[in-house]
Amino acid sequence: MISTLLTAVPTDSDWINFDVPTLINTFWSTTFDGLTFGAIYALVALGYTLVYGVLNLINFAHSEVFIMGCYAVFFTLSFLGFGPSAPNLGFGQILLNLLLALLAAIVASAVTAFLVERLAYRPLRKRNAPRLVYLITAIGASFVIQYLIFWQRGPLPEPALTMFLPTPIFEVFGTIIDSQQIIIVVAAVIMMVFVDQFIRRSRTGRGIRAVAQDPDTATLMGVNKEKIIITTFIIGGILAGAAALFYVMKIPSGVQYNGGFILGIKAFAAAVLGGIGNVRGALLGGLLLGLIGNYGQILLGSSQWTDVVAFVVLVLVLLVRPQGILGTSLGRSKA
Amino acid sequence: MSENPIPNVFSKDATRKPWFSNWSEKWAAMPRQKQWLYMIIIVVAAYLLPVINPPILSTEPGNDFPLALFTMAVYALVAVGLNVVIGYAGLLDLGYIAFFAVGSYTAAMLTSPDSPFFKVPYLWTIPLAVVVAMIVGVILGIPTLRLRGDYLAIVTLGFGEIIRILATLIPAMKGQVGFQNVGRPPGVGADGIPLFANSNGTPWYWLTLTILIIVMLLAGNLERSRVGRSWIAIREDEDAAETMGVPTFKYKVWAFAIGAGVGGMSGALFAGQVGFVNNQKFDVVTSILFVAAVVLGGVGNKVGAVFGGALVAYIPLRFTAIAEFKYLIFGFALVLIMIYRSQGLIPAKHRLLAYGQSAYAKVRAGTQKKPAPAAEKEA
Repeated sequence: MISTLLTAVPTDSDWINFDVPTLINTFWSTTFDGLTFGAIYALVALGYTLVYGVLNLINFAHSEVFIMGCYAVFFTLSFLGFGPSAPNLGFGQILLNLLLALLAAIVASAVTAFLVERLAYRPLRKRNAPRLVYLITAIGASFVIQYLIFWQRGPLPEPALTMFLPTPIFEVFGTIIDSQQIIIVVAAVIMMVFVDQFIRRSRTGRGIRAVAQDPDTATLMGVNKEKIIITTFIIGGILAGAAALFYVMKIPSGVQYNGGFILGIKAFAAAVLGGIGNVRGALLGGLLLGLIGNYGQILLGSSQWTDVVAFVVLVLVLLVRPQGILGTSLGRSKA
Repeated sequence: MSENPIPNVFSKDATRKPWFSNWSEKWAAMPRQKQWLYMIIIVVAAYLLPVINPPILSTEPGNDFPLALFTMAVYALVAVGLNVVIGYAGLLDLGYIAFFAVGSYTAAMLTSPDSPFFKVPYLWTIPLAVVVAMIVGVILGIPTLRLRGDYLAIVTLGFGEIIRILATLIPAMKGQVGFQNVGRPPGVGADGIPLFANSNGTPWYWLTLTILIIVMLLAGNLERSRVGRSWIAIREDEDAAETMGVPTFKYKVWAFAIGAGVGGMSGALFAGQVGFVNNQKFDVVTSILFVAAVVLGGVGNKVGAVFGGALVAYIPLRFTAIAEFKYLIFGFALVLIMIYRSQGLIPAKHRLLAYGQSAYAKVRAGTQKKPAPAAEKEA
């Protein structure tokens, strides 16, 4: 019986291949690419972390906030005449177009985040709904937005848009770093440092931290809780809009009605990895997850493995260190 | 106020009267024998449905009515299983399709000639699918159920998507090629065609309905047992339950595993009827439809779950004009129900004490004198 079982079960090589030589050969380019993806994850993760810190809620609709930004980028750039091949424009013109697309994405994402908060979560807060009701509403809202897009744009991804051809900037460890990678990582890190400082130093930031610690006491101390919550959603939306621009820059054919879904799960995994509710944790978690996912993808041989690797990382983190690497600091740590 | 059930997690705003409250009041007031009589009539009618094929209820041409009934029964079974997880224990499982997929693949890989594994007769794969799905449920549940419920929601959501990707990536699961000729229960009709042919919905429907009734009886017994009371205590307030000595983690894992087992069972049935399993059949979107079925029917009420499950499967098949928009419709339904009527169409009756109707009535009489407890502060 056992011998028949053993022969019937496929051998290891049928299941998973470990391609170590390729990983070693392409180690540095994989690393830099992973950091680029990681920066995008981190920007989206920050939206999850901020809302989680303030409302203690996983905002499932955040992935749709992000994808709305992607659509805004797509529409703006196609309106400006971008196509599958890179346009022959000067540096200034490219920059101007990208800034316009960024603006459109930020507006679209922030408006979506605002509407989700107003239409779905606020009525629940008024009637003091239990957590489970919030979560079901959140997933419902995400579902509705996804299928509104599906209804308008159909199941296929939008045609690819190339913003500019990445030009080599300099070389590290024998690997060329191109302008695209530089732009994405530098811009993402600048935005995150800005948000971190905003939350640490500004008056509104103090309000956000107060509401995260104890909403009732914060209200008693004169913090306008509703305003803080709306602000948090909008900050998350702005960051998701920026992430949308970088995402379309990196993966031009990724604009699809359900394109935000897996990215949302990865970003959430990043937030948990760094410590949910922790702004710096989101950056660290995002970059780490980008690296781990990219190494896993090269090692296992298919780009779809990044999703599986991200998921396994999420489960392992929850098993070993549920508060994440840096722990929670913005919100209450109740795990 | 007097008609309202005891407020619970899903029906805190006790000022609203549920839509079918008259029916449930009447039902509760009936003597036991009369309830049994009605139940038998309903069950017999349910068994006769594919034979009668009532004209208004029947699905539009192009959708075979017995097959539609089979789909409805599978959805109802799924909803009953998911209701144990969401409704009783208050755990949000957004990737229920994953357990359905595990069950389908178990049935397919153990019966299809395309699979290199050893083979067993089809009917054996149903209990095996339950066991395999439960094991997967425990593996997923142990890291996540120690934490707050939110993590379970996102981990299950991720798992629902991952299972499809794994089916694509792992060569032994054959990706899009899939497994043909999944086994079927034995039996050959008079004309030499197997009784459980893929196109013959009626026997499949009867098999599923029988299993559904058995699962409902078991779920009802669990609901009234120590386990069921623990689940409801956990759902209402986990900290309080823990303080009162309920081993919350253990019972949460149990609820999750039992839900997974029922999901695996429905997956095996589905695989048998369709006769073909590949990675395209299991998307997370369907998972959200399952949640919508439970929420629509009434969270925590197994009759509501059956109703919701059947309705979610029935509407796109009956009204083909709106079938295209089913996700949009049920997505909106999910949000609107949660905002305005979180107890669903058929709200749960909460016989927390489980000592029969008389004790329940006494508790009800007691709560009517007191004002409804103020909605508790969010923890």
